[in-house]
Amino acid sequence: MEKNMEREDIIKKLESDLSEIKTKNDLLQVKSMYLGKNGIVTSLSAKMKEIPNEEKKEYGKFLNEIKNEVEEKINLLLNSITERELNEKLLSEKIDITLPGRKIKTGSLHPMTRVTEEFEDLFVSMGYTVYSGPEVESDENCFQKLNIPKGHPARDSQDTFYLKDEFERFLLRSQTSTAQARAMEENKEKGPIRIVCPGKVYRRDEDATHSHQFMQIEGLVIDKNVSMADLKGTLELFCKKILGEKTKVRFRPSFFPFTEPSVEVDVTCFKCNGNGCSLCKQTGWIEVLGAGMVHPNVLEMGGYDSKVYQGFAFGTGIDRFAMFKYAIPDIRTIYGNDIRFLQEFDRKDVE
Amino acid sequence: MLVSRKFLNDYIDIDEDLSIQQIASDMTNVGNEYDYAGPLIEATNLVVGEILECENIPDTHLHNCKVDVGEDILDIVCGAPNVREGLKVIVALPGAHLPGGEIKKSTIRGFTSNGMLCSLAELGLDNKFLDKRDKEGIHEFPEDTEIGINALDALGLNDEVIDFELTSNRGDLLSIMGMAYELGAIYKKSVKGIDLSYKESKNDIKDSFNLEIKTDNCKLFYAKKVQDVVIDESPSFIKERLIASGIRPINNVVDISNFVMLETGQPLHFYDADSLGDTLIVRQASYSEKLTTLDNIERTLSESDIVIADKEKAIGLAGVMGGLSTEVRDTTKNIIIESAIFDATSIRKTSKKILRSEASNRFEKGLDPKRTKMAIERCCNLLEKYASGKVCKGIIEYNKLEVADKVIELRLEKIRNVLGIDVPLKEVKDILESLGFKVEEKDNLKVTVPTRRLDISIEEDLIEEVGRMYGMDKIVGKLPALDVVVGKYDKKTRDIKHKLADLGLNETLSYTLISETDALKYTKESPEYIMLNDPMSEDRNTLRYSLLPSLVNVYKYNKAHNNTNINIFEIGACFYKENDEYKEEKKLGILLSGEYYLDIPNKDADFYTLKGIVEELLDYLGYVNRYSFVVDSNIASEFHPHQSASIIVQGKCVGVLGKIHPSELKNDVYLCEINLDKLDDIKPSRMTYKDIPKFPSISKDVSFIVDKSLDANSIMAIIKKSGGKLLSNIKIFDIYVGEKIDKDKKAIAFNLEFLDMNKTLTDDEVMVVFNKIIDDVTTKLGCLLRDK
Repeated sequence: MEKNMEREDIIKKLESDLSEIKTKNDLLQVKSMYLGKNGIVTSLSAKMKEIPNEEKKEYGKFLNEIKNEVEEKINLLLNSITERELNEKLLSEKIDITLPGRKIKTGSLHPMTRVTEEFEDLFVSMGYTVYSGPEVESDENCFQKLNIPKGHPARDSQDTFYLKDEFERFLLRSQTSTAQARAMEENKEKGPIRIVCPGKVYRRDEDATHSHQFMQIEGLVIDKNVSMADLKGTLELFCKKILGEKTKVRFRPSFFPFTEPSVEVDVTCFKCNGNGCSLCKQTGWIEVLGAGMVHPNVLEMGGYDSKVYQGFAFGTGIDRFAMFKYAIPDIRTIYGNDIRFLQEFDRKDVE
Repeated sequence: MLVSRKFLNDYIDIDEDLSIQQIASDMTNVGNEYDYAGPLIEATNLVVGEILECENIPDTHLHNCKVDVGEDILDIVCGAPNVREGLKVIVALPGAHLPGGEIKKSTIRGFTSNGMLCSLAELGLDNKFLDKRDKEGIHEFPEDTEIGINALDALGLNDEVIDFELTSNRGDLLSIMGMAYELGAIYKKSVKGIDLSYKESKNDIKDSFNLEIKTDNCKLFYAKKVQDVVIDESPSFIKERLIASGIRPINNVVDISNFVMLETGQPLHFYDADSLGDTLIVRQASYSEKLTTLDNIERTLSESDIVIADKEKAIGLAGVMGGLSTEVRDTTKNIIIESAIFDATSIRKTSKKILRSEASNRFEKGLDPKRTKMAIERCCNLLEKYASGKVCKGIIEYNKLEVADKVIELRLEKIRNVLGIDVPLKEVKDILESLGFKVEEKDNLKVTVPTRRLDISIEEDLIEEVGRMYGMDKIVGKLPALDVVVGKYDKKTRDIKHKLADLGLNETLSYTLISETDALKYTKESPEYIMLNDPMSEDRNTLRYSLLPSLVNVYKYNKAHNNTNINIFEIGACFYKENDEYKEEKKLGILLSGEYYLDIPNKDADFYTLKGIVEELLDYLGYVNRYSFVVDSNIASEFHPHQSASIIVQGKCVGVLGKIHPSELKNDVYLCEINLDKLDDIKPSRMTYKDIPKFPSISKDVSFIVDKSLDANSIMAIIKKSGGKLLSNIKIFDIYVGEKIDKDKKAIAFNLEFLDMNKTLTDDEVMVVFNKIIDDVTTKLGCLLRDK
């Protein structure tokens, strides 16, 4: 009875002490008041030696119980104080998350570079090598070896920049088809060729859709067994990967002096999916490439036996694709290099 | 090439139900693109009306008219100066669509107007077809015109046209007959014959006319004489077809020459025989020879031009345009007709230099030699019928042309190899025959090419004919079965671009062509720069030798558009000439101005920002510790003399960087150019793993007070030498200039890192080295220790 009374008194006093507590420090003081060296509970255990042996076991149990109860009550409060204090600290650290982030501003690649790389990657994955020829070319490589002799009317459509005092000798290339002549010339074994040649080309022409400098990509495959069907399959794959899987490809006969037969390649309009709109002039089709089988004269001039080898070639304006892809209405924007325009391309393409 | 549907119908029966758009689309599918297909006159709801009453609306130039349009009498307000009672006019009824918009019932000055009385210009007819009267007012029909009928029918303009954009190989399609053959092959129709009949008088042309050909550029020449022609207006069918073809009618004789050219593709020229004299000479022009052409312009010719001449002087520019002195006039009685073939290349050269005409366009593309005589006979036929001409007996002929039939062998197997599809033999034969080829079946097909098809000369050309008529779209795509090979590309250039973009720079793509005044800016070198033969402008007459002028122009453009922070780069070819050879080098240019985002915020980029970018790039490319920046004589005067340096990699100068000289640009702009081809010649270091230190390093700071002019490199060199093996890294973390030290001094603070790869260093060990460094620097440079 006496012990129980004692225990009740201690707990009561503890509860009363705890109820006054505001801070963690107060609590630690109380803790030491009860459980410290000279604490109330600790001094109870000092009485153990005065307890008769037969009661020692019971007294020990009593001591344990009271010690546990005191510890439990103190810890409970400690936890709640700790939590409250943490919450107060966190609240004091509250920030305005609507303020802008600190921008890590990276630069951008020019849209023409982006489209060129996309084209290159696709063809490289099909075993093509990216070939880069010089921009200053001979008339021979740009025209004559492509079956466009001097005086040929096809020269009219490409009003060429000749270099000073080099009329009909040296020029700024007017088409990347020059790569055909060069690649055949440079291939000493006269074996198979599989290249694409992206690059700058130059013509005396300038308005909203023409720039005197623009970019083309030329593709050339020479092998013993390639046909228009292979050309079509290749361009179908190209157009699908670049313009979307639903794209359909149409061949229309045309004329280029260096291919025979020659075709213009139309794709279903990517703006209206072929239903007809202002972009495709209501036809549902947009002309994107010129292509054909390499003309036997071109093969022969490149040192290839046209009875053994056949080839296909295709070419397109990279600017046109970039203008389509990013909906750029005026080609002059592309070469204007306004930093605001360039910065628009500081992001990933949509897959 | 404008093709009129009515004109076509004279030569081939095309199903009336086929729309003009369908015909155009069918032609496109066989390779003949078009720009326009539709009505000749894009105007609807037009009738012929008669003005019954015409009253002036007071105080205006307007008249209120009562107009009989057959079924109704309408009130219409008209402001034309020639509007008057009794006139038969074009009435656009409410709802009519004209090129200028829709006509609606309206009220003008309180008067109701139920339509509009029209001029020909308001119908969209080109100004060149309008006579003086039609230019000034509404069109006046002849008195006997029926009221209430479609006005376009009454005008003879109710036609449809296709404006073809032909490929340069199809000169044969520059004629209605050629078009008829092409359409005949599509629709399986035959082409109608052409009336070449005429009577000949007893007068023989040979009695009064001589021809001398004195040039190789004319291989075929025919001349005929027609006497007693009566110059008048052309019959309406000729006028209508000329207008629909875009050619202005003049008089019956001139119109016939144009009409026959449109029909056959063979350009013709009519001379006033009485102004011509008795001899016609075809020769090359002499140097600087003068000739006044039909358009009354005096032309100066050169030896490469072919002329038609009399005994004294040139009277026509062969194949391009006739001369004024022998033109057909209202008073002309007798004419000489010329139908000839001149060398295509020669005509092309002349016309490119002097004048493009309908005739020159046809000569350039090549003509069917079989039509040259046919055309002259057709002229005789029409001149007899519509100009009361009397055709003289005989023809003057000069013919050095060898026209052999072209026979080409065609193999079905080759068709399969090229097109990648099987076209049945019967189909191949049908296609070729419908195009007018003769096909003989032997082991392979022997195909004879019609003379009009100058574009066909090899087997592949025939395969294209088969393909385009069979349908190129029937080719089913497949991927080529080729050996597996590894594709390659220029990864290095791409990596540089990506690195620089990651470093916050924006890639530009500027023009290769620059102004000659910029040609050698920002370079100390004096290469032979390359210029154009025939530039578009002074601004773009030179191929750039450096990217920097272009980048500075981009900077200026942006500055003008209020863009302040300009961080850009470009990689591109630069050009020069050396030992008569054209050379290209790949260069990288960088320009910084304003804030640079990856650097300290709110601080503008400076020399060190740019230097840091260059260092980062060179490190990235594998040139760590192998480059330096030095002040030498390679720096051009456009740079700030004390804020610029040459970039040296492995002892070779590969570029330059620095601030633009204030006399060039007032703002702070920093430029760098690196010759990537030169850099490419220096092999980068291999990338290999280095041990990560297992033991801690010890860091010490020290600051020296030195003369302002002393560069940091000289201190670092001593520190490095004294530090020996244990010194693993040196960083400069502060430069102080200010009140606390002499005004001609600066304090440079270094952070030194010491490391032993094999054990943990003690402070004592480090202090020995550290103190040695301090001693060496202070004694060798005679400078003070500021702090340690």
